[in-house]
Amino acid sequence: MAAVSAVVRKDLRLEARAFESVPAMLMFSVTTFVLFHFGLDRGALAGDLAAGVLWVTLLLAAVLGMNRLFATEHEQGGFDGFLLAPVDRTALFVAKATVLFAFLVAAELIAVPAFALLLLEPGAGQALPELVAVLALADAGIAVVGTLVGALGVQTRARELMIPLLALPLLIPVIIGAAEATAPLFAAAGAEPLPGRWLAVLALYDAVFALLAYAVFDFLLED
Amino acid sequence: MAAATADSPDAVALEGVGRAYGERVALRDVTFTLPAGATVAVFGANGAGKTTLLRILAMLLRPHAGVARVLGAALPREAWKARGQVGLLGHEPLLYRDLTARENLRYHARLHRVAPRRGDDLLERVGLAARADDPVRTLSRGMAQRAAICRTVLHDPSLLLLDEPLANLDPGGAAAVAPLIGRGSGHARVLISHDVEQGLAEADWVLGLRAGRQALWAPGDQVSAADVRGLYA
Amino acid sequence: MTFGRGLRPFSIASAVLVTAAFALVFFYAPNDADQGFIYKIFYLHVPLAIVALCGFVAGGVYGIKYLRSGERADDLRSYVAIHISLILAVGVLITGSIWARASWGHWWVWDEPTLVSFLIVFLLYACYQPLRFSIEDPERQARYAAVFSIVAGAFVPLNFMAVRMADSLTHPRVLSTTGGSMTGEMRLTFYTALAGMACLFITLWKYELASKSASIQLRSLKRRLAGDDGLAPLARSSAPQQL
Repeated sequence: MAAVSAVVRKDLRLEARAFESVPAMLMFSVTTFVLFHFGLDRGALAGDLAAGVLWVTLLLAAVLGMNRLFATEHEQGGFDGFLLAPVDRTALFVAKATVLFAFLVAAELIAVPAFALLLLEPGAGQALPELVAVLALADAGIAVVGTLVGALGVQTRARELMIPLLALPLLIPVIIGAAEATAPLFAAAGAEPLPGRWLAVLALYDAVFALLAYAVFDFLLED
Repeated sequence: MAAATADSPDAVALEGVGRAYGERVALRDVTFTLPAGATVAVFGANGAGKTTLLRILAMLLRPHAGVARVLGAALPREAWKARGQVGLLGHEPLLYRDLTARENLRYHARLHRVAPRRGDDLLERVGLAARADDPVRTLSRGMAQRAAICRTVLHDPSLLLLDEPLANLDPGGAAAVAPLIGRGSGHARVLISHDVEQGLAEADWVLGLRAGRQALWAPGDQVSAADVRGLYA
Repeated sequence: MTFGRGLRPFSIASAVLVTAAFALVFFYAPNDADQGFIYKIFYLHVPLAIVALCGFVAGGVYGIKYLRSGERADDLRSYVAIHISLILAVGVLITGSIWARASWGHWWVWDEPTLVSFLIVFLLYACYQPLRFSIEDPERQARYAAVFSIVAGAFVPLNFMAVRMADSLTHPRVLSTTGGSMTGEMRLTFYTALAGMACLFITLWKYELASKSASIQLRSLKRRLAGDDGLAPLARSSAPQQL
């Protein structure tokens, strides 16, 4: 536990110092919303179109965060420094997943309101607690898979290419679940109730991948 | 030279240790024993396997052949027993360039579960107190090296693995770090050096590697500079 | 280490079963009332799909075995299983597309959840060999490939479930057999085709294992004769090159 908190604090401090991941994810999201406006030639979206645009954008922005997640460790000897210490290796996975989750939340704090402002139909439902629940579950899945794929990809040569190619297919169930769950919340006539089964799908996905990642992550670090 | 006792096992005991990268054999059949508290100087040309040996002793690489024991723990099964008692100083300082020296040491202190104040004390002892709050990327190589040395001894390891520790250090810096990683520090040391005279002066034992094989293993006082230069031929 | 045990019986069994399946498809199984002759591609498409999925999962199982045992032979088995399944998956997509065109008029249909799931699985596993190729150290390559094969193998059922749930229940299944239940003749043809495809997969798997292990052993003999430096170093490869 102490090791997890040490790594998380170190990464948050590095991010605050160097500003690499969160601003990039944020700027990318907002720019993509503008692109969608021109690409779709629509000023206001509702329902499943709005949900789709939001989630595809968030997913692609998350890829930016995944690419950078282990880059510093790889370039500046962070892996060695961690492996020399008498700590459980899985602590690195837990810490990095927590950090990626935190980055996603930080970016979404501004990106989602920006989306509502720029693209969402004015009358579309405002169901904030439900939206937060979907965001939380989906972000957890993205964080777990993103950390695993980030670690897989950091050792490869074409890292920025390999990570999205691996992560995006793996995250399709997340996009399905999140978009289906969010679509009624953005209904043009006002928010409809949240379909519970999609939350269950997201939760199941999160649980399966968290356990899986926990089991295999050690093998990515050993030599 | 202290003899091994039940309380202080040999620092390093290798028997027939080997390691390959795919088809290329980096180390083959390395056998020696380093008693607790003693220093071994490792000599060899580039590519002879010195770094590989150091990383195996640091428990960052698993040996592919033979039996390796570090501080009494058999690798890789019992590596967890010895982890945290070994200090590695490689070519990379293993410091985050955007954090300050002080922050880096605090991070490592937390990982190794030692008091964060130790980092501050060490920085003072090596003369970095004034620059301790500047990001590591602003430090000169000599200063970064001194900070890296602080990181190496932060957790008071029983075995030091040093790859050219005095590179980049001016005489003042070298003097400042001597009590921490030098002969008088009391720790067992595996020292890679390209400075033949200096290495021999510090060594209780000498290990020579050539093309991954052990070419020389003898007590320090029985080895001459010429013997060592022969390894590089 | 001998691979390819039982290669001959399996080859013969494959040849027999595949021929029998073709004969049954062309001469025995009835034509479908709506779709005519072309629907018989179902006898190729579905067995391909089932065997490919089992192959991907088998790749994951051998990945687990490799991580536990460290035996490179298990890594080789995992690699070959995924390799062949990927080729079968291309076949699934092509035959599915032909079927969609014949029965629905479009080369692709999003309403068929199995086909869509296969597209996603194909996109994922298409990265397996590039991932392996991009890691130079052979031991690390095997380990990372094993982790990938386990994660992807666990992903396959999750993916199918999610896509099926997303598929609106109001859309009828496009690529289904008449009424969803098979007559006796269709059943016989289908199971023969399935058995033939499974035998074919195992034959190809064993064959490739035998071939690769033979070249690996040949190389190690050459090295012993010529000395460590006598041979040109191995070119980078995504396939395991040591046992």
